[in-house]
Amino acid sequence: MTHLPYIVASYALGVLVPASYAVAAFIRMRSARRRLAVIDPRAKGVGTGPRAHRASAGP
Amino acid sequence: MDASSVVAPPPSERNPGRSLHRFANPGRFLRLSGAVLPWLAAGGAGFLAIGLIWGLFFAPADWQQGDAVRIMYVHVPAAWLASAGYLGLAVCSVFALVWRHPLADLAAVEIGPVGAGFTALCLATGSIWGKPMWGAWWVWDARLTSVLVLFFLYLGHIALVRAFDDPVRGYRSGAILALIGVVNLPIIKFSVDWWNTLHQPATISFTGAPTMYIGMLWPLLFAAIGYTLVFAAIVIARTRAAVMERRTRALLMARAERVPA
Repeated sequence: MTHLPYIVASYALGVLVPASYAVAAFIRMRSARRRLAVIDPRAKGVGTGPRAHRASAGP
Repeated sequence: MDASSVVAPPPSERNPGRSLHRFANPGRFLRLSGAVLPWLAAGGAGFLAIGLIWGLFFAPADWQQGDAVRIMYVHVPAAWLASAGYLGLAVCSVFALVWRHPLADLAAVEIGPVGAGFTALCLATGSIWGKPMWGAWWVWDARLTSVLVLFFLYLGHIALVRAFDDPVRGYRSGAILALIGVVNLPIIKFSVDWWNTLHQPATISFTGAPTMYIGMLWPLLFAAIGYTLVFAAIVIARTRAAVMERRTRALLMARAERVPA
């Protein structure tokens, strides 16, 4: 394969850039959901999924 | 004409923006986006994996460029999404400015960094392709320069919406900047036709048949669909997080106001 270093660099960027954005968005969404579920018990089940149900249930 | 013959028009005809506000309810948005998001993410990852693997290992090499043509399967979708993302930013800005759609502000703020990342990806992969093909990492070509301006517009929008203590003023200023910057999109699109550029003209258009070999076109379409779905999934996930963060802030403020001094 010709120009291999250039191709590898491009594909690495092409995977890493969207993946880093996706991971960051997922972590931010999860922490926002947990914070909201702790403060507002009504938030459970409003499009926040079963994880928020458990988080907001409390002791 | 008697009073009984006067029939109120349906809500969608009374105010075109009103029907859009059905989707402005944060709870409804969270429910809808929560249902759509896993499908978008899974579909995007699937299409992207197929497109990139197909382009890297199974698509033919170009008779002139050799295997460097495979960079196209990353570069071209990133370039499309750089422009499409800015168009989405501008559309959200119109909704925010004209109809005061409360989610449009948040969506515009969240599109900005993602669009900037894809524009940077487009510029970087174009530069990586340019070195072996043109012998230079960068040339001040009309297409490259207009995309660089797009990148700076994204950065300006990101900075402007965060530059005010009052977030609403930041959103309004960012929306105005986004609408002014829309003029750059046709310049990017037609720069290869208006000026004598080193960058090649478009090989795929909405009006004409593609001038690309079909064995290269299919992986490019798969990669483009995959990147588009991933872009949408990232923006929706960020907007969901922003909606929940805003609700958390509002609840904390309400609690703080209830506490006696």
